Amino acid sequence: MSGFYNLKAQLNSFLMEIGELSFFTARYFKEVIKKPFEFKELLRQCYNMGNRSLFLVVITGFIIGLVLTLQTRPTLMEFGAVSWMPSMVSIAIVREIGPIITALVCAGRIGSGIGAELGSMRVTEQIDAMEVSGTNPYKYLVVTRVLAITLMLPLLVIIGDFVALFGSFLVENIKGNVSFMLYFNQVFDALKFGDIIPATIKTFFFGFAIGIVGCFKGYNCEKGTEGVGKAANSAVVFTSLLLFIIDFIAVFVTDIFYAL
Amino acid sequence: MIAPNNISNREIVLEIKNLHKHFGNNHVLNGFNMKLFKGENLVIMGKSGSGKSVMIKCLVGLMEADSGVISVMHKDITILDQEALDILRSDIGFLFQGSALYDSMTVRENLEFPLRRHTEKFGEHVDTEKMVIEALENVGLVSAIDLMPSELSGGMKRRIALARTLILQPKIILYDEPTSGLDPITAKEIIILMQDVQKKYGTSSLIITHDVDCSRVISDRMILLIDGIDYAAGTYDELSNSTDPKIKAFFKH
Repeated sequence: MSGFYNLKAQLNSFLMEIGELSFFTARYFKEVIKKPFEFKELLRQCYNMGNRSLFLVVITGFIIGLVLTLQTRPTLMEFGAVSWMPSMVSIAIVREIGPIITALVCAGRIGSGIGAELGSMRVTEQIDAMEVSGTNPYKYLVVTRVLAITLMLPLLVIIGDFVALFGSFLVENIKGNVSFMLYFNQVFDALKFGDIIPATIKTFFFGFAIGIVGCFKGYNCEKGTEGVGKAANSAVVFTSLLLFIIDFIAVFVTDIFYAL
Repeated sequence: MIAPNNISNREIVLEIKNLHKHFGNNHVLNGFNMKLFKGENLVIMGKSGSGKSVMIKCLVGLMEADSGVISVMHKDITILDQEALDILRSDIGFLFQGSALYDSMTVRENLEFPLRRHTEKFGEHVDTEKMVIEALENVGLVSAIDLMPSELSGGMKRRIALARTLILQPKIILYDEPTSGLDPITAKEIIILMQDVQKKYGTSSLIITHDVDCSRVISDRMILLIDGIDYAAGTYDELSNSTDPKIKAFFKH
Protein backbone atom coordinates (compact mmCIF):
# COMPACT_ATOMS: atom_id res chain seq x y z
CA MET A 1 0.00 0.00 0.00
CA SER A 2 2.86 2.37 0.88
CA GLY A 3 4.32 1.63 -2.57
CA PHE A 4 1.08 2.83 -4.14
CA TYR A 5 1.11 6.07 -2.10
CA ASN A 6 4.76 6.56 -3.00
CA LEU A 7 3.94 6.21 -6.68
CA LYS A 8 1.00 8.57 -6.30
CA ALA A 9 3.20 11.17 -4.56
CA GLN A 10 5.83 10.86 -7.29
CA LEU A 11 3.21 11.23 -10.02
CA ASN A 12 1.78 14.26 -8.20
CA SER A 13 5.17 15.90 -7.94
CA PHE A 14 5.93 15.14 -11.62
CA LEU A 15 2.63 16.68 -12.74
CA MET A 16 3.23 19.71 -10.51
CA GLU A 17 6.62 20.18 -12.13
CA ILE A 18 5.11 19.93 -15.61
CA GLY A 19 2.57 22.58 -14.58
CA GLU A 20 5.27 24.89 -13.23
CA LEU A 21 7.37 24.37 -16.36
CA SER A 22 4.34 25.31 -18.48
CA PHE A 23 3.90 28.58 -16.56
CA PHE A 24 7.64 29.23 -16.82
CA THR A 25 7.47 28.68 -20.60
CA ALA A 26 4.39 30.88 -20.96
CA ARG A 27 6.24 33.65 -19.12
CA TYR A 28 9.09 33.33 -21.63
CA PHE A 29 6.79 34.15 -24.56
CA LYS A 30 5.39 37.09 -22.61
CA GLU A 31 8.80 38.47 -21.71
CA VAL A 32 10.58 37.85 -25.03
CA ILE A 33 8.52 40.51 -26.83
CA LYS A 34 8.68 43.04 -24.00
CA LYS A 35 11.18 45.92 -24.01
CA PRO A 36 13.99 46.48 -23.08
CA PHE A 37 15.83 43.91 -25.22
CA GLU A 38 19.09 42.62 -23.82
CA PHE A 39 21.03 42.45 -27.13
CA LYS A 40 24.48 42.65 -25.56
CA GLU A 41 23.79 39.81 -23.16
CA LEU A 42 22.14 37.80 -25.97
CA LEU A 43 25.25 38.12 -28.15
CA ARG A 44 27.48 37.19 -25.20
CA GLN A 45 25.39 34.11 -24.56
CA CYS A 46 25.36 33.14 -28.27
CA TYR A 47 29.14 33.39 -28.36
CA ASN A 48 29.58 31.50 -25.09
CA MET A 49 27.23 28.68 -26.01
CA GLY A 50 28.42 28.28 -29.58
CA ASN A 51 32.07 28.54 -28.65
CA ARG A 52 31.79 26.30 -25.59
CA SER A 53 30.12 23.46 -27.49
CA LEU A 54 31.79 23.68 -30.89
CA PHE A 55 34.78 21.43 -30.12
CA LEU A 56 32.59 18.76 -28.54
CA VAL A 57 30.11 18.85 -31.43
CA VAL A 58 32.91 18.59 -34.00
CA ILE A 59 34.58 15.64 -32.25
CA THR A 60 31.27 13.83 -31.70
CA GLY A 61 30.14 14.45 -35.28
CA PHE A 62 33.42 13.22 -36.71
CA ILE A 63 33.35 10.00 -34.68
CA ILE A 64 29.68 9.35 -35.46
CA GLY A 65 30.32 9.70 -39.21
CA LEU A 66 33.37 7.47 -38.97
CA VAL A 67 31.72 4.77 -36.89
CA LEU A 68 28.44 4.75 -38.82
CA THR A 69 30.30 4.18 -42.08
CA LEU A 70 32.61 1.54 -40.62
CA GLN A 71 29.70 -0.38 -39.08
CA THR A 72 27.44 -0.22 -42.14
CA ARG A 73 30.04 -0.92 -44.80
CA PRO A 74 30.31 -4.73 -44.37
CA THR A 75 26.53 -5.19 -44.57
CA LEU A 76 26.20 -3.01 -47.67
CA MET A 77 29.10 -4.87 -49.25
CA GLU A 78 27.31 -8.15 -48.61
CA PHE A 79 24.36 -6.88 -50.67
CA GLY A 80 26.60 -5.22 -53.28
CA ALA A 81 25.18 -1.83 -52.33
CA VAL A 82 28.29 -0.13 -51.08
CA SER A 83 27.87 2.61 -53.69
CA TRP A 84 24.76 3.66 -51.78
CA MET A 85 26.87 4.48 -48.76
CA PRO A 86 27.06 8.31 -49.24
CA SER A 87 23.29 8.54 -49.82
CA MET A 88 22.44 6.34 -46.86
CA VAL A 89 24.84 8.01 -44.46
CA SER A 90 23.86 11.53 -45.50
CA ILE A 91 20.14 10.90 -45.08
CA ALA A 92 20.68 9.17 -41.73
CA ILE A 93 22.91 11.96 -40.45
CA VAL A 94 20.95 14.95 -41.74
CA ARG A 95 17.51 13.64 -40.87
CA GLU A 96 18.11 12.05 -37.52
CA ILE A 97 21.53 11.24 -36.11
CA GLY A 98 23.11 14.69 -36.51
CA PRO A 99 20.31 16.69 -34.84
CA ILE A 100 19.64 14.28 -31.98
CA ILE A 101 23.28 13.56 -31.13
CA THR A 102 24.24 17.26 -31.26
CA ALA A 103 21.20 18.15 -29.15
CA LEU A 104 22.09 15.47 -26.58
CA VAL A 105 25.69 16.69 -26.44
CA CYS A 106 24.46 20.28 -25.98
CA ALA A 107 21.96 19.17 -23.33
CA GLY A 108 24.89 17.75 -21.38
CA ARG A 109 27.19 20.69 -22.03
CA ILE A 110 24.91 23.71 -22.13
CA GLY A 111 21.75 22.53 -20.33
CA SER A 112 23.66 21.41 -17.26
CA GLY A 113 25.82 24.57 -17.42
CA ILE A 114 22.73 26.80 -17.42
CA GLY A 115 21.16 24.77 -14.59
CA ALA A 116 24.28 25.01 -12.45
CA GLU A 117 24.94 28.69 -13.23
CA LEU A 118 21.43 29.91 -12.49
CA GLY A 119 21.18 27.50 -9.55
CA SER A 120 24.28 28.92 -7.95
CA MET A 121 23.03 32.46 -8.64
CA ARG A 122 19.77 31.59 -6.90
CA VAL A 123 21.52 30.02 -3.92
CA THR A 124 23.92 32.96 -3.48
CA GLU A 125 21.02 35.45 -3.74
CA GLN A 126 22.37 37.03 -6.95
CA ILE A 127 18.98 36.64 -8.63
CA ASP A 128 17.32 38.30 -5.61
CA ALA A 129 19.89 41.10 -5.82
CA MET A 130 18.95 41.71 -9.47
CA GLU A 131 15.28 41.80 -8.60
CA VAL A 132 15.82 44.20 -5.72
CA SER A 133 17.80 46.55 -7.97
CA GLY A 134 14.74 46.80 -10.23
CA THR A 135 16.12 44.61 -13.02
CA ASN A 136 13.95 41.81 -14.31
CA PRO A 137 16.18 38.76 -13.75
CA TYR A 138 13.90 36.53 -15.85
CA LYS A 139 14.41 38.75 -18.87
CA TYR A 140 18.14 39.22 -18.33
CA LEU A 141 19.03 35.63 -17.43
CA VAL A 142 16.35 33.34 -18.85
CA VAL A 143 15.18 35.04 -22.06
CA THR A 144 18.73 35.67 -23.31
CA ARG A 145 19.92 32.12 -22.58
CA VAL A 146 16.89 30.38 -24.09
CA LEU A 147 16.99 32.57 -27.19
CA ALA A 148 20.75 32.09 -27.57
CA ILE A 149 20.62 28.28 -27.50
CA THR A 150 17.54 28.24 -29.74
CA LEU A 151 19.51 30.20 -32.35
CA MET A 152 22.84 28.48 -31.86
CA LEU A 153 21.77 24.83 -31.87
CA PRO A 154 20.74 24.77 -35.56
CA LEU A 155 24.16 26.20 -36.47
CA LEU A 156 25.92 23.62 -34.33
CA VAL A 157 23.83 20.86 -35.93
CA ILE A 158 24.76 22.03 -39.43
CA ILE A 159 28.46 22.07 -38.49
CA GLY A 160 28.11 18.67 -36.79
CA ASP A 161 26.40 17.21 -39.90
CA PHE A 162 29.19 18.43 -42.19
CA VAL A 163 31.91 17.07 -39.93
CA ALA A 164 30.09 13.72 -39.64
CA LEU A 165 29.84 13.50 -43.43
CA PHE A 166 33.53 14.34 -43.66
CA GLY A 167 34.29 11.53 -41.20
CA SER A 168 32.24 9.17 -43.33
CA PHE A 169 34.06 10.34 -46.47
CA LEU A 170 37.44 9.60 -44.87
CA VAL A 171 36.44 5.95 -44.31
CA GLU A 172 35.09 5.67 -47.85
CA ASN A 173 38.24 7.31 -49.20
CA ILE A 174 40.57 4.97 -47.31
CA LYS A 175 38.56 1.75 -47.76
CA GLY A 176 36.87 2.34 -51.09
CA ASN A 177 39.13 4.88 -52.75
CA VAL A 178 36.19 7.26 -53.27
CA SER A 179 37.15 10.83 -54.19
CA PHE A 180 35.93 13.90 -52.30
CA MET A 181 33.97 15.19 -55.32
CA LEU A 182 32.30 11.87 -56.02
CA TYR A 183 31.35 11.33 -52.37
CA PHE A 184 29.84 14.76 -51.86
CA ASN A 185 28.14 14.77 -55.27
CA GLN A 186 26.32 11.64 -54.20
CA VAL A 187 25.55 13.18 -50.81
CA PHE A 188 23.94 16.27 -52.33
CA ASP A 189 22.11 14.20 -54.96
CA ALA A 190 20.56 12.10 -52.21
CA LEU A 191 19.53 14.99 -49.97
CA LYS A 192 16.31 16.83 -50.71
CA PHE A 193 14.78 19.90 -49.16
CA GLY A 194 12.28 17.52 -47.59
CA ASP A 195 15.17 16.04 -45.63
CA ILE A 196 16.92 19.27 -44.69
CA ILE A 197 14.06 21.63 -43.79
CA PRO A 198 12.16 19.50 -41.23
CA ALA A 199 15.44 18.38 -39.67
CA THR A 200 16.56 22.00 -39.30
CA ILE A 201 13.20 23.18 -37.96
CA LYS A 202 13.21 20.56 -35.23
CA THR A 203 16.63 21.71 -34.04
CA PHE A 204 15.09 25.06 -33.05
CA PHE A 205 12.68 23.13 -30.82
CA PHE A 206 15.55 21.06 -29.46
CA GLY A 207 17.47 24.25 -28.62
CA PHE A 208 14.43 25.80 -26.99
CA ALA A 209 13.87 22.67 -24.87
CA ILE A 210 17.51 22.62 -23.70
CA GLY A 211 17.38 26.30 -22.75
CA ILE A 212 14.00 26.41 -21.07
CA VAL A 213 14.51 23.25 -18.99
CA GLY A 214 18.04 24.28 -17.93
CA CYS A 215 16.77 27.73 -16.93
CA PHE A 216 13.69 26.31 -15.19
CA LYS A 217 15.75 23.93 -13.09
CA GLY A 218 18.37 26.55 -12.20
CA TYR A 219 15.96 29.43 -11.61
CA ASN A 220 13.85 27.35 -9.22
CA CYS A 221 16.81 25.69 -7.56
CA GLU A 222 16.42 24.73 -3.91
CA LYS A 223 18.75 26.31 -1.40
CA GLY A 224 22.17 24.82 -0.77
CA THR A 225 24.97 23.38 -2.86
CA GLU A 226 23.08 20.08 -3.11
CA GLY A 227 20.31 21.99 -4.86
CA VAL A 228 22.75 23.28 -7.49
CA GLY A 229 23.97 19.75 -8.24
CA LYS A 230 20.39 18.52 -8.45
CA ALA A 231 19.43 21.38 -10.78
CA ALA A 232 22.30 20.62 -13.17
CA ASN A 233 21.66 16.89 -13.10
CA SER A 234 17.90 17.00 -13.48
CA ALA A 235 18.23 19.57 -16.28
CA VAL A 236 20.18 17.02 -18.35
CA VAL A 237 17.94 14.06 -17.52
CA PHE A 238 14.69 15.93 -18.15
CA THR A 239 15.98 17.60 -21.33
CA SER A 240 17.24 14.30 -22.78
CA LEU A 241 13.81 12.74 -22.26
CA LEU A 242 12.12 15.80 -23.73
CA LEU A 243 14.42 15.75 -26.80
CA PHE A 244 13.31 12.22 -27.71
CA ILE A 245 9.65 13.17 -27.24
CA ILE A 246 10.09 16.26 -29.46
CA ASP A 247 11.96 14.13 -32.01
CA PHE A 248 9.14 11.60 -32.08
CA ILE A 249 6.55 14.33 -32.59
CA ALA A 250 8.67 15.98 -35.30
CA VAL A 251 9.10 12.72 -37.21
CA PHE A 252 5.40 11.97 -36.82
CA VAL A 253 4.37 15.39 -38.13
CA THR A 254 6.90 15.23 -41.00
CA ASP A 255 5.57 11.81 -41.94
CA ILE A 256 2.05 13.22 -42.20
CA PHE A 257 3.32 15.94 -44.55
CA TYR A 258 5.18 13.36 -46.66
CA ALA A 259 2.00 11.34 -46.97
CA LEU A 260 0.02 14.33 -48.31
CA MET B 1 23.01 59.09 15.42
CA ILE B 2 19.72 60.74 16.31
CA ALA B 3 18.59 61.12 19.91
CA PRO B 4 15.74 58.54 20.28
CA ASN B 5 13.27 60.99 21.80
CA ASN B 6 13.50 63.13 18.63
CA ILE B 7 12.90 60.26 16.27
CA SER B 8 9.16 59.80 16.64
CA ASN B 9 8.58 63.39 15.44
CA ARG B 10 10.07 62.49 12.09
CA GLU B 11 8.40 61.21 8.94
CA ILE B 12 7.74 57.46 8.78
CA VAL B 13 9.52 56.03 5.72
CA LEU B 14 8.71 52.40 6.28
CA GLU B 15 5.92 50.73 8.23
CA ILE B 16 4.81 47.17 8.78
CA LYS B 17 1.42 46.39 10.29
CA ASN B 18 0.34 42.97 11.47
CA LEU B 19 2.61 40.96 9.16
CA HIS B 20 1.95 37.22 8.95
CA LYS B 21 3.98 34.61 7.10
CA HIS B 22 4.04 30.86 7.42
CA PHE B 23 5.78 27.94 5.72
CA GLY B 24 3.63 24.84 6.11
CA ASN B 25 2.97 24.48 9.82
CA ASN B 26 5.78 26.83 10.75
CA HIS B 27 4.32 30.26 11.52
CA VAL B 28 7.38 32.49 11.19
CA LEU B 29 5.72 35.89 11.55
CA ASN B 30 2.60 36.20 13.70
CA GLY B 31 1.55 39.83 13.46
CA PHE B 32 4.83 41.71 13.36
CA ASN B 33 4.71 45.51 13.54
CA MET B 34 7.39 48.14 13.09
CA LYS B 35 8.03 51.73 12.00
CA LEU B 36 11.22 53.19 10.57
CA PHE B 37 11.61 56.95 10.82
CA LYS B 38 13.54 59.19 8.45
CA GLY B 39 17.28 59.21 9.18
CA GLU B 40 16.96 56.50 11.81
CA ASN B 41 19.10 53.42 12.37
CA LEU B 42 16.70 50.72 13.51
CA VAL B 43 18.10 47.35 14.49
CA ILE B 44 15.93 44.26 14.46
CA MET B 45 17.40 41.51 16.57
CA GLY B 46 16.29 37.94 16.82
CA LYS B 47 17.61 34.42 17.08
CA SER B 48 18.61 32.49 13.96
CA GLY B 49 15.46 31.25 12.24
CA SER B 50 13.26 33.78 14.02
CA GLY B 51 12.05 35.24 10.72
CA LYS B 52 14.25 38.35 10.42
CA SER B 53 15.34 37.57 6.87
CA VAL B 54 11.80 36.54 5.90
CA MET B 55 10.52 39.87 7.17
CA ILE B 56 13.13 41.88 5.26
CA LYS B 57 12.43 39.89 2.06
CA CYS B 58 8.71 40.60 2.41
CA LEU B 59 9.65 44.26 2.73
CA VAL B 60 11.18 44.44 -0.75
CA GLY B 61 8.69 42.11 -2.39
CA LEU B 62 11.07 39.17 -2.74
CA MET B 63 8.63 37.12 -0.71
CA GLU B 64 4.88 37.43 -0.52
CA ALA B 65 3.42 37.90 2.95
CA ASP B 66 0.30 35.96 3.96
CA SER B 67 -1.33 39.10 5.32
CA GLY B 68 -0.49 42.50 6.70
CA VAL B 69 0.41 45.93 5.36
CA ILE B 70 3.91 46.90 4.23
CA SER B 71 4.20 50.56 3.49
CA VAL B 72 7.41 51.94 1.99
CA MET B 73 7.57 55.71 1.46
CA HIS B 74 3.78 55.77 1.97
CA LYS B 75 3.15 53.16 -0.72
CA ASP B 76 1.69 49.76 0.13
CA ILE B 77 4.05 47.42 -1.71
CA THR B 78 1.63 44.47 -1.43
CA ILE B 79 -0.69 46.10 -3.98
CA LEU B 80 1.87 47.71 -6.32
CA ASP B 81 2.26 46.40 -9.87
CA GLN B 82 5.70 45.20 -11.02
CA GLU B 83 6.66 48.45 -12.75
CA ALA B 84 5.76 50.63 -9.77
CA LEU B 85 7.54 48.21 -7.45
CA ASP B 86 10.71 48.37 -9.57
CA ILE B 87 10.66 52.17 -9.47
CA LEU B 88 10.15 52.14 -5.70
CA ARG B 89 12.99 49.65 -5.33
CA SER B 90 15.45 52.24 -6.63
CA ASP B 91 14.84 54.09 -3.35
CA ILE B 92 15.55 50.97 -1.29
CA GLY B 93 19.06 49.59 -1.01
CA PHE B 94 19.52 46.00 0.10
CA LEU B 95 22.79 44.66 1.43
CA PHE B 96 22.60 40.87 1.31
CA GLN B 97 24.08 38.63 3.97
CA GLY B 98 26.41 36.93 1.49
CA SER B 99 27.05 40.16 -0.48
CA ALA B 100 25.39 38.61 -3.59
CA LEU B 101 27.87 40.13 -6.05
CA TYR B 102 27.33 38.94 -9.63
CA ASP B 103 30.29 36.61 -9.96
CA SER B 104 30.45 36.68 -13.77
CA MET B 105 30.92 40.47 -13.76
CA THR B 106 33.79 42.72 -12.68
CA VAL B 107 33.33 45.15 -9.79
CA ARG B 108 32.72 47.95 -12.31
CA GLU B 109 30.00 45.93 -14.11
CA ASN B 110 28.47 44.98 -10.76
CA LEU B 111 28.07 48.65 -9.92
CA GLU B 112 26.89 49.67 -13.38
CA PHE B 113 24.26 46.95 -13.50
CA PRO B 114 21.60 48.58 -11.25
CA LEU B 115 21.94 51.88 -13.15
CA ARG B 116 20.72 50.33 -16.41
CA ARG B 117 17.12 50.17 -15.26
CA HIS B 118 16.86 53.53 -13.59
CA THR B 119 17.65 56.06 -16.29
CA GLU B 120 14.47 57.95 -15.35
CA LYS B 121 15.98 58.62 -11.93
CA PHE B 122 19.36 59.85 -13.15
CA GLY B 123 18.61 60.94 -16.72
CA GLU B 124 19.52 59.31 -20.05
CA HIS B 125 23.02 60.81 -20.16
CA VAL B 126 24.10 59.69 -16.75
CA ASP B 127 27.88 59.58 -16.22
CA THR B 128 28.07 56.00 -14.98
CA GLU B 129 31.87 56.05 -14.71
CA LYS B 130 31.72 59.01 -12.33
CA MET B 131 28.98 57.39 -10.26
CA VAL B 132 30.86 54.10 -10.04
CA ILE B 133 34.06 55.84 -8.92
CA GLU B 134 32.16 57.90 -6.34
CA ALA B 135 30.44 54.83 -4.92
CA LEU B 136 33.77 52.99 -4.71
CA GLU B 137 35.40 56.01 -3.05
CA ASN B 138 32.71 55.85 -0.36
CA VAL B 139 33.84 52.35 0.56
CA GLY B 140 37.55 53.00 -0.07
CA LEU B 141 37.93 50.43 -2.83
CA VAL B 142 38.50 52.33 -6.09
CA SER B 143 41.55 50.15 -6.74
CA ALA B 144 39.31 47.06 -6.98
CA ILE B 145 37.30 48.45 -9.91
CA ASP B 146 38.49 45.91 -12.48
CA LEU B 147 38.71 42.89 -10.20
CA MET B 148 36.34 39.92 -10.29
CA PRO B 149 34.38 39.09 -7.10
CA SER B 150 36.37 35.85 -6.77
CA GLU B 151 39.51 37.96 -6.26
CA LEU B 152 38.04 39.82 -3.28
CA SER B 153 38.11 38.95 0.42
CA GLY B 154 34.87 38.61 2.44
CA GLY B 155 35.19 42.12 3.86
CA MET B 156 35.94 43.63 0.45
CA LYS B 157 32.93 41.85 -1.05
CA ARG B 158 30.70 43.31 1.67
CA ARG B 159 32.07 46.81 0.96
CA ILE B 160 31.61 46.46 -2.79
CA ALA B 161 28.07 45.22 -2.17
CA LEU B 162 27.48 48.34 -0.08
CA ALA B 163 28.88 50.49 -2.91
CA ARG B 164 26.48 48.75 -5.33
CA THR B 165 23.65 49.53 -2.93
CA LEU B 166 24.70 53.18 -2.66
CA ILE B 167 24.97 53.78 -6.39
CA LEU B 168 21.21 54.11 -6.75
CA GLN B 169 21.24 56.75 -4.01
CA PRO B 170 18.59 54.99 -1.93
CA LYS B 171 16.60 56.70 0.80
CA ILE B 172 16.35 53.51 2.85
CA ILE B 173 19.03 50.84 3.22
CA LEU B 174 18.18 47.37 4.45
CA TYR B 175 21.11 45.46 5.89
CA ASP B 176 20.70 41.69 6.25
CA GLU B 177 23.28 40.52 8.82
CA PRO B 178 25.94 43.00 7.64
CA THR B 179 28.67 41.67 9.93
CA SER B 180 27.98 37.94 9.83
CA GLY B 181 30.88 35.77 8.74
CA LEU B 182 33.42 38.58 9.19
CA ASP B 183 36.28 38.76 11.67
CA PRO B 184 35.79 41.35 14.48
CA ILE B 185 38.11 43.94 12.91
CA THR B 186 36.48 43.77 9.47
CA ALA B 187 33.05 43.75 11.13
CA LYS B 188 34.00 46.96 12.96
CA GLU B 189 35.14 48.52 9.67
CA ILE B 190 31.79 47.67 8.09
CA ILE B 191 29.91 49.21 11.03
CA ILE B 192 31.97 52.41 10.73
CA LEU B 193 31.26 52.45 7.00
CA MET B 194 27.53 52.09 7.65
CA GLN B 195 27.68 55.03 10.05
CA ASP B 196 29.62 57.12 7.51
CA VAL B 197 27.06 56.37 4.81
CA GLN B 198 24.22 57.32 7.13
CA LYS B 199 25.93 60.60 8.03
CA LYS B 200 26.82 61.47 4.42
CA TYR B 201 23.52 60.62 2.73
CA GLY B 202 21.08 60.87 5.64
CA THR B 203 19.61 57.47 4.77
CA SER B 204 17.29 55.53 7.01
CA SER B 205 18.66 52.12 7.86
CA LEU B 206 16.99 48.91 8.89
CA ILE B 207 19.60 46.51 10.20
CA ILE B 208 18.86 42.85 10.75
CA THR B 209 21.42 41.26 13.02
CA HIS B 210 22.11 39.08 16.02
CA ASP B 211 25.43 40.82 16.65
CA VAL B 212 25.03 42.64 19.98
CA ASP B 213 28.15 44.76 19.47
CA CYS B 214 26.92 45.94 16.10
CA SER B 215 23.54 46.81 17.64
CA ARG B 216 25.14 48.74 20.51
CA VAL B 217 27.26 50.87 18.20
CA ILE B 218 24.84 51.59 15.40
CA SER B 219 21.27 51.51 16.72
CA ASP B 220 19.11 54.49 17.52
CA ARG B 221 16.35 52.09 18.40
CA MET B 222 15.96 48.32 18.54
CA ILE B 223 13.15 45.84 18.11
CA LEU B 224 13.42 42.28 19.37
CA LEU B 225 11.74 39.75 17.11
CA ILE B 226 10.67 36.83 19.29
CA ASP B 227 7.99 34.23 18.48
CA GLY B 228 7.15 36.06 15.24
CA ILE B 229 6.15 39.32 16.91
CA ASP B 230 7.81 42.62 17.86
CA TYR B 231 8.31 41.40 21.41
CA ALA B 232 10.10 44.48 22.72
CA ALA B 233 11.25 47.86 21.42
CA GLY B 234 13.49 50.56 22.83
CA THR B 235 17.00 51.87 22.86
CA TYR B 236 19.98 49.57 23.36
CA ASP B 237 20.33 50.71 26.98
CA GLU B 238 16.65 50.20 27.74
CA LEU B 239 16.61 46.68 26.34
CA SER B 240 19.97 45.60 27.72
CA ASN B 241 18.85 46.60 31.23
CA SER B 242 15.55 44.77 30.96
CA THR B 243 14.72 42.13 33.55
CA ASP B 244 12.60 40.08 31.14
CA PRO B 245 14.45 36.73 30.77
CA LYS B 246 13.64 36.49 27.04
CA ILE B 247 15.19 39.92 26.44
CA LYS B 248 18.10 39.38 28.82
CA ALA B 249 19.08 36.24 26.88
CA PHE B 250 20.10 38.42 23.92
CA PHE B 251 22.52 40.57 25.87
CA LYS B 252 24.35 37.84 27.82
CA HIS B 253 28.01 37.60 26.77
